Amino acid sequence: MSEHYPALIIVIPLLTAFVIIGAGWFRKDICFPLALVSLTAALFVSIGLLLEVLEHQQIQYKLGGWKPPFGIAYEVDHLNSIVLLVVFGVALINLVATRALAAVEFSDRIGPFYALYLLFVTGLAGIVVTGDAFNLYVLLEIAALTGYALIGMGKGHAALASLNYVFMGTIGASFYLLGIGYLYLVTGSLNMADIAGLLPQLYTSKAVLIAFVICMTGLFIKMALFPFHTWLPNAYSYSPNSTISLIAPLTTKVMIYVMIRITLFVFTPTFAFSSPMVNTAFVWTAAGGIIAASMLALSERRLRRFLTYVLIAEVGYMVGGLWLANRAGITGAILHIINDAAMTLCVFLVAGNLIYKLKDDSFKDLQGLFRKMPLSMAAFVVAALSIIGVPPTCGFFSKWYLISGGIAAGQYLFVAALVFSSLINVVLFFRVIEISFFEPFSDHHHHDEEDTRSSSEAPVGMLIPVLLVAAGLIVLGIFTGDIVSMIIQFAIPEGIT
Amino acid sequence: MDDVIAIFISKYNFWIYISLMMIGLYAMITKNNLVKKIIGMNIMQTAIILFYISIGAKKDATLPIILHGHGNHDVAHAVHAADYINPLPHVLMLTAIVVAVATLGVALALALKVYNQYNTLEEDEIYAQIRKQ
Repeated sequence: MSEHYPALIIVIPLLTAFVIIGAGWFRKDICFPLALVSLTAALFVSIGLLLEVLEHQQIQYKLGGWKPPFGIAYEVDHLNSIVLLVVFGVALINLVATRALAAVEFSDRIGPFYALYLLFVTGLAGIVVTGDAFNLYVLLEIAALTGYALIGMGKGHAALASLNYVFMGTIGASFYLLGIGYLYLVTGSLNMADIAGLLPQLYTSKAVLIAFVICMTGLFIKMALFPFHTWLPNAYSYSPNSTISLIAPLTTKVMIYVMIRITLFVFTPTFAFSSPMVNTAFVWTAAGGIIAASMLALSERRLRRFLTYVLIAEVGYMVGGLWLANRAGITGAILHIINDAAMTLCVFLVAGNLIYKLKDDSFKDLQGLFRKMPLSMAAFVVAALSIIGVPPTCGFFSKWYLISGGIAAGQYLFVAALVFSSLINVVLFFRVIEISFFEPFSDHHHHDEEDTRSSSEAPVGMLIPVLLVAAGLIVLGIFTGDIVSMIIQFAIPEGIT
Repeated sequence: MDDVIAIFISKYNFWIYISLMMIGLYAMITKNNLVKKIIGMNIMQTAIILFYISIGAKKDATLPIILHGHGNHDVAHAVHAADYINPLPHVLMLTAIVVAVATLGVALALALKVYNQYNTLEEDEIYAQIRKQ
C-alpha cells in the first residue's frame, strides 16, 4: 500500500471529486463529508510520504510501471514532501473552517463547489509531486482552470476579475509550456531529472538560455511577482469568501515551489546562478516588488483587498530568497513557503469569519470588533505579528533566514526592502487593530445596552480552525530549528553554500 | 543579406509561430472587446501547439507507423528513428489542445456571465459602469 502513496495522493481527491459531482445531484448534505474524508485520507498519505522521505531520502513512483524518462515518474523528496503536507493541511483546515460560509454562498451549487475544491487541490498536489515537466503543465492548468471557476462564482465584479485572471494565467502557463518546448528541443526529454542530467553539455546553448528566461517569465506571471501582479488583487478580493482562504495561501506558494524546483533541479544551480549580474537583477526586482506592493497596500480601505497586496509583497520575499543563491536565502524561501501559507490562511480565515458576521469588510465596519469577536481578533493579532515578523511567531524565523542570507550575499537593497516591508506591515496591521479596538463614535446611551456589550463571535465550527492555525503559527515558530535541520537542509542541493 | 534570408528560410517554422503568438498577444493586450481578447488567447495557444508540432518533423521522414510491424516478426532492429517523424510532441499537443479547449470554455462562460451582468462586452463600457457605481 505505502509504495503507491505518490499516486494515491492524486487519485483520492480526483476520484472523490467525480463522486461528489454525482452525489450532489441526489443528496446535497453528503458532499461535505465526502470531501472531508478524502482530504483527511490524502493528508494522512502526505504525512506517510514525509515520514518515508525522512527515512529513504527520495521516492520514485513509476506511473503504469513505465520506466523514466519514457514514462511519467512521480518523485518525492524533502522539498516537495513538506510542500505536499502544506497543501493538504491548508486544504483540510479550510474545508472545515468554511463549511458554514460555503453553505451560505453556494446553497444550491454545493456539489459542484466541493468537486471544484477537490479538483483544485488535486491540481496543486499534482504540480508538487510530479517529476515530469509536461505533466506539470497539465496539472498547472487543472489547478488554474478550477481556480478561475471558483473565483468566477463570487459576487460583485468576480466574473470580470476572473476573466482577466484567465488571460494572465493563460499567458503565464503558455510561456511555461513554450520554455519546456525549447528544453525538449535541445534535450529530447521531459523528465526533470533526465533533463538535469543532459543539460550540462548544453549550458552554452542559446536555446537553453531562452528556455530558462521564458519559463521564469511564465512562472513570475503565475505567481504574481510585482510587475506581473495586476490580476491578483481583483481576482482575490471578489472571489467567494469560502474559496479565497484556499486559493490565496496555496496558489502563489505552489508556483514558488515550481520556480525553486525548475531552478535548482532542472536547470541546476551551476547554470541558474552562474551570473551574479542575473542574480542581482532578480533580487532587485523582488526587492522593488516588496516595496511597491507594501506601498500599494497602504492605500486600501478594505480588509481583504489590503491583504492581497500583503500577499504580493510576500511573493517578493521568496523570489528574492531563492535568487540570493546561498543556503540561508534558499532556506528562508522554502521555510517562508510553509510559514506564509499558514499566515495567509490565518488572516483570510479571520476575514471570512468577519464577513460571515458583518457581511462587509471595509475598515469602518471593523469598529468595536475586539469586543464583539474577541477570539477571531486574537487570531488576527497573532497572524499580524507573524507577518510583521515578531518572535516567537514563525514569520520572524523565515525573515531572519532571508535577512541573514541577504547580508551574506551582500544584497543590502533586499535586506532594506525586507525591513521596510516589516515597518509598513506594522503600520498596516496596527491600523486595522486600532480601528477594531475602539468602539464606534455613535452615542452609547441611545443604543440598546445588550447590542454593544454582547459578544457575537463566529460559530464554533469556524472559530476552532482559526484558533488552531493561530496556535500553529507559534508552534511552527518554536519548531523552526527542527523543520530546517530535519527537512529543509536536505532539500537544498549540495553545491550551494 | 543572403545570410539573413537563409536564416529566415531555414527556420521558417519559428518565424510562423512567433508571428502568430505576437498576433495573439497583441489582440489580448489592445483589443477592447472581451471575445476578441479570448480569440487572441486562443491564437497564442495555437501558436505554441504549432511550434511543438513543427519540432517533431524531419526531412524525408514518414508517419511513425511501422508497416508489417504486428505479429511475431522481430522488427525492432529494422527501425531507423531517422525515417520516422517524432510522434511525441504531437501526442503532447493532444493534451495541450484539450487544455486550450477547456480554457476557451471557461473563458466564454465567464464572458457570458460578464455580459449578463453589464449588458456589454466592451471593456471601456464595463469600466465606465463600474466607475459610476
